[in-house]
Amino acid sequence: MAIETADIEHVARLARIGMTPSEVADLQTRLSKILHLVDQLQAVDTSGVEPLSHPLDAVQRLRADAVTETNQREAFLAIAPATEDGLYLVPKVIDQVE
Amino acid sequence: MHKLTLAEQLAGLAAKQFSSEELTLDYLARIERFDSRFNSYITLAPETALEAARAADAAYARGDAGALAGVPIAHKDLFCTAGIKTSCASKMLDNFVPPYDATLVSKLADAGVVMLGKTNMDEFAMGSSNETSFYGRARNPWGTDCVPGGSSGGSAAAVAAGLCAAATGSDTGGSIRQPAALCGITGLKPTYGRVSRYGMVAFASSLDQAGPMARTAEDCALLLQAMAGFDPRDSTSLDAPVPDYRATLNDSLEGLRIGLPKEYFGGALNPAMEAGVRTAIRELEQLGATVKEISLPHTGLAVPCYYVIAPAEASANLSRFDGVRYGYRCENPRDLYDLYTRTRAEGFGTEVKSRILIGTYALSAGYYDAYYRKAQQVRRLIRNDFVEAFKEVDVIAGPTTPNPAFCFDELSDPVTMYLEDIYTIAVNLAGLPALSLPAAFVGDKPAGLQLIGNYLSEARLLNIGHRFQQVTDWHQRRAPGLD
Repeated sequence: MAIETADIEHVARLARIGMTPSEVADLQTRLSKILHLVDQLQAVDTSGVEPLSHPLDAVQRLRADAVTETNQREAFLAIAPATEDGLYLVPKVIDQVE
Repeated sequence: MHKLTLAEQLAGLAAKQFSSEELTLDYLARIERFDSRFNSYITLAPETALEAARAADAAYARGDAGALAGVPIAHKDLFCTAGIKTSCASKMLDNFVPPYDATLVSKLADAGVVMLGKTNMDEFAMGSSNETSFYGRARNPWGTDCVPGGSSGGSAAAVAAGLCAAATGSDTGGSIRQPAALCGITGLKPTYGRVSRYGMVAFASSLDQAGPMARTAEDCALLLQAMAGFDPRDSTSLDAPVPDYRATLNDSLEGLRIGLPKEYFGGALNPAMEAGVRTAIRELEQLGATVKEISLPHTGLAVPCYYVIAPAEASANLSRFDGVRYGYRCENPRDLYDLYTRTRAEGFGTEVKSRILIGTYALSAGYYDAYYRKAQQVRRLIRNDFVEAFKEVDVIAGPTTPNPAFCFDELSDPVTMYLEDIYTIAVNLAGLPALSLPAAFVGDKPAGLQLIGNYLSEARLLNIGHRFQQVTDWHQRRAPGLD
């Protein structure tokens, strides 16, 4: 299946990856080749085949709802790009409403 | 000392023929002298290595040394190491110093290993050549114009060049076995869930598995012994007993039934590779094994299936790199959207972006059933091929790769390179263990024999590998110019 420039731009937006027009063109070529490869799957009859999400068909293990980790706030904040007053700092998301 | 296997080094340390400090200094000197050729390390940790070496020497003096006390190893740079940069060979994590150790790292440290440093790899383990590393390519000790394989190429190159006694790797589609084959060393991908994924930077969570890379099967057994086991911090960790891997290494191969998948021979397989692998299989017959042809009819679908599932899971896993909590952040973001998109545009390389986009596409509205669900169904068909095969045979043998090491930039088309992983990828989709052994040479480049076992049959695979290495010397060949 061919992938269009608009598809690449849409998916890049969903994945939050900025793209220059030349990167979009390059990725359109690469992704078209990969999609051509994976389109071989479409020819396989998989009717009645249960999808496999874990190779041993294991189900998610649950644990008791108890605190198991110690508080490492300082250690985790120390490796963040920007912090203030014990919080992660990001550009303003919501304008103040008067 | 670097020519000794890890098992021999342990014996030498226990007999006090040399100290861990001497051994560690020897490796550090070799790295200093040779690694500019191979670029196998991203980060060196000489101070902590010497500290650990002295601690091991003290433990030997006291008589309470751990199972792997004092042997110098390296970790692939995707295992978190507290206080030591863990980059995943990406600009995104170039400044990332984890506040904690991966379970595998702490288990090996508890056994007493000395960690020399962190090895080079394809960015976020996405690649088969080491060409995507932010820190430049690692190179093959058997020819520096050729790839060491990937993604654990730095680990393979470092072991092959005698720049560590052994190393850890991770294998999502062949990333332990393919570089082991291309560099002429032994590498084991354990059963999915056998070794904890906690603290291992995630690529494709239903496929990722860590394992040992070393000179010999015996060394892999020693390492796996320390690495394997249930970990409550990994939700897919297997809660199964860990056998004594060394105890069965010398078991007889009499009556071992080996299956040769007809799909793994001929076709894309290099004829010289095929000749070498068939000779290696005859060695196993000499040791008492019987051989029969089998079929894994869905083999040709493994690569297409993988290139839906792995990118889909990667796109979800790599969404955590957002420039907020750790890692790279772009300069002066205008707003939150700009922060995310510019951080990720600047922080990721082309191959990683390409896979994130393929995965996002496969999971996006309208395409999920056609791609992701379909691939999961095909995944079951691929696994069922193995389930059927293991009703007739104990182990499956074939080449690890269709060709020996290719040269840099030789496979510029991504799909051509993906297809080089044709024999390794199905094993991850099925979650099975597999061992790659140095088993031949094609020209002046090493070639690997892959042994695929049933679930949790690591002990049997290591046993076969060990017996094979008792009667062959492929694993003893050394790349030239490194004395």
